[in-house]
Amino acid sequence: MKKIYALAVLALSLGLMVNFSAPAYATAGPETALANAVVAQAPQPPQPAAKKAAPTKVEAHRGITITMFIIIVLITMYIVFWAAKRTKTTADFYAARGAITGAQNGWAIAGDYMSAASFLGIAGLICLYGYDGFMYSVGWLVAYVTVLLIVAEPCRNAGKYTMGDVLAFRSSPKPVRAAAAFSTVLVSIFYLTAQMVGAGKLMELLIGIPFKYALTGVGCLMIVYVALGGMIATTWVQIIKAGLLMTGACILCLLVLAKAGFNPIQFFHDVATNAQIQEWTRVQLLKDAVAKPGFDYGQRFLEPGLLLKDVWDQISLGMALVLGTAGMPHILMRFFTVPTAQAARKSVIIAMFIIGAFYILTTLLGFGSAIHVSPQISFAVDKGGNMSNMLLAQMLGNEIYPLMGDILLAFLCAVAFATILAVVSGLVLASAAAISHDIYVSVIKGGKADQREQVMAARIASICVGICAIVIAILAEGQNVAHLVALAFAVASAGNLPTVVLSLFWRKMSTAGIVAGLVIGVVLSIVLVMVSPNMQYPKVIAAGEKKIVDTLEQKQAGGAVLSDKEKADLVKAKASYETNKNGTSYIFGLDKPLYPLKNPGIVCIPAGFLAAIIFSLLFPSKREEEAFDELYVRQNTGVGIAQAIGH
Amino acid sequence: MAKQPQSNQAGLKQEDWAAIARNPKFIEIHKRKSAFLFGWWIFSTVYYFLLPIGAGAAPGFFSVKVLGNINIGYLFALSQFFVSWAIAIYYASWANKVSDRLTSELLEELKLG
Repeated sequence: MKKIYALAVLALSLGLMVNFSAPAYATAGPETALANAVVAQAPQPPQPAAKKAAPTKVEAHRGITITMFIIIVLITMYIVFWAAKRTKTTADFYAARGAITGAQNGWAIAGDYMSAASFLGIAGLICLYGYDGFMYSVGWLVAYVTVLLIVAEPCRNAGKYTMGDVLAFRSSPKPVRAAAAFSTVLVSIFYLTAQMVGAGKLMELLIGIPFKYALTGVGCLMIVYVALGGMIATTWVQIIKAGLLMTGACILCLLVLAKAGFNPIQFFHDVATNAQIQEWTRVQLLKDAVAKPGFDYGQRFLEPGLLLKDVWDQISLGMALVLGTAGMPHILMRFFTVPTAQAARKSVIIAMFIIGAFYILTTLLGFGSAIHVSPQISFAVDKGGNMSNMLLAQMLGNEIYPLMGDILLAFLCAVAFATILAVVSGLVLASAAAISHDIYVSVIKGGKADQREQVMAARIASICVGICAIVIAILAEGQNVAHLVALAFAVASAGNLPTVVLSLFWRKMSTAGIVAGLVIGVVLSIVLVMVSPNMQYPKVIAAGEKKIVDTLEQKQAGGAVLSDKEKADLVKAKASYETNKNGTSYIFGLDKPLYPLKNPGIVCIPAGFLAAIIFSLLFPSKREEEAFDELYVRQNTGVGIAQAIGH
Repeated sequence: MAKQPQSNQAGLKQEDWAAIARNPKFIEIHKRKSAFLFGWWIFSTVYYFLLPIGAGAAPGFFSVKVLGNINIGYLFALSQFFVSWAIAIYYASWANKVSDRLTSELLEELKLG
């Protein structure tokens, strides 16, 4: 029965991809039009006569790419069947029976964490903004020091399947589990929506599958992985993905370094002396119409301040990363898959080496595509620079042998595909566990449900979460979802982390503190993002359009003749001004942002801690304080560790 | 499920946990662990925040070239990775030598290991 169901979904998702890809390709699709529009607005790249032209758009070879996708799907499906046979108890479903080794878990954590946004997005930022893109990537690794030193081992020792287990250890389980599930599901949905929308766009851009079908295909696969294979399948999908991602990054990096004779000093010399990078920095980043004499624009690309201009915003983001990663439910959940605290420790350390190495490779790829592809072309293909790795692969491969470019590009597309699948599966599993284990079994059924019923509940929850994620992502098409990642980390750092840390280390933490910390942390983060510059403020847009209109009209009044493009701009700006001048922001009806930073961390993290502390002191619980000794001894020593051996 | 089911080999009551928590050996483990973990966590966090603060406050210093075109800013950002790795390795070796050993001694003494 399971097999038939899974095969049907497999056939459906593959069918969608293959069938709908063809017509979209033939008619070039809306995305090409968009890309052309972007090219038209973008600065025309200079055409150095001798330089071999870099590809100006990403065109994955359909046959090779689809073949690689099918190989990945077949391998993972085989694993899912293998895992499904072994998934009988809740311990199997949520924690892979605690039988994952430290090394395997390390790769799985890395696979769970490194998203397509890391692989494509950060390289793109470096390609477009140089040093600041690299600086941005640092926090994503440093975050793991918190995971390693503060949460990994205590959570392994005190928990069983979910964050709710850790929080409910000595508190009243019903309100605490409900609050923990609420925040887990919110974090997962925010992160999942950002990932899914990114996935849909990526597939559309890379191989021309329309957004909706790409999303549905990815979503169906994700549901099959999680609902059938539970944690065992999810873990192996993540391990395979991490391996593929590292392989792809290493191959590309070798090609880039070979160009500089494997000499890092030469490599950075190439960046600083590249004519296109110099022009890009001067015209696009620093807006100097005329070059300042003696100013080294190429070297400027290697210096800070081209993208991240607000120090407070960076500190706020840094806080959300450093504390939020340790509060991410899908990361916490990975620690329950290993048998001991020692294995949990080992897995974080292995994950740190993989993730760190990956970000260092990413820098080289980002600067490499700035040299070989040029920021201008990368920007023209995608405004966020997300395609720069793909362009680089296509170009460097083609230089070796024409077919190599196609193969390399197809391989990277497959890597991106596997990356998306692995990350979304981890998120779906975490929220399904919160819904079924915390809400259904503990809150609704009062802990009285047999294994069969619990596993069934977990499977149904996975399917529901998966379907919700697909629907939300389809509705969010065309919306700016980048801030949702920031929001997910803010919620995790302001809600989850304070309550987890205080429950584990502070005797006086009580049920009231946990619930208040979670609810206030979560709600405050969401409200702050809603009133931050991440949202669109029509009056701010209108002010910008007004400026364009004024400039152009002045020019016209001065007797100058406007070019066709300027005329079109004027009409567009006027129309946009009219529609926006009386508008207010979508949710709170604001004229301009109330909160000045893009990231709410700096306000909502202290607020989350304070709320948890104040409410614990206001509503103390003697019973919970007395139970602290047990929790404290257990989390430190691992005595009576809740082995994930259900039955 | 207010508490984990007592299905473990220990099967201890609340008084027993309190007694372990008062055991001098446990107190020593707890003290040394807290000092190590929070100390290094604070170090790592401060070191990390020096990066964005430094880039904002002292861009000139970050721009000083060290090796060819490679500047202090790049080396400092790169050093973040190595510092994080070093902390991880140091913690692993410390835990093996100190906290894991003390913990297993304590468990042996309590006949729980």
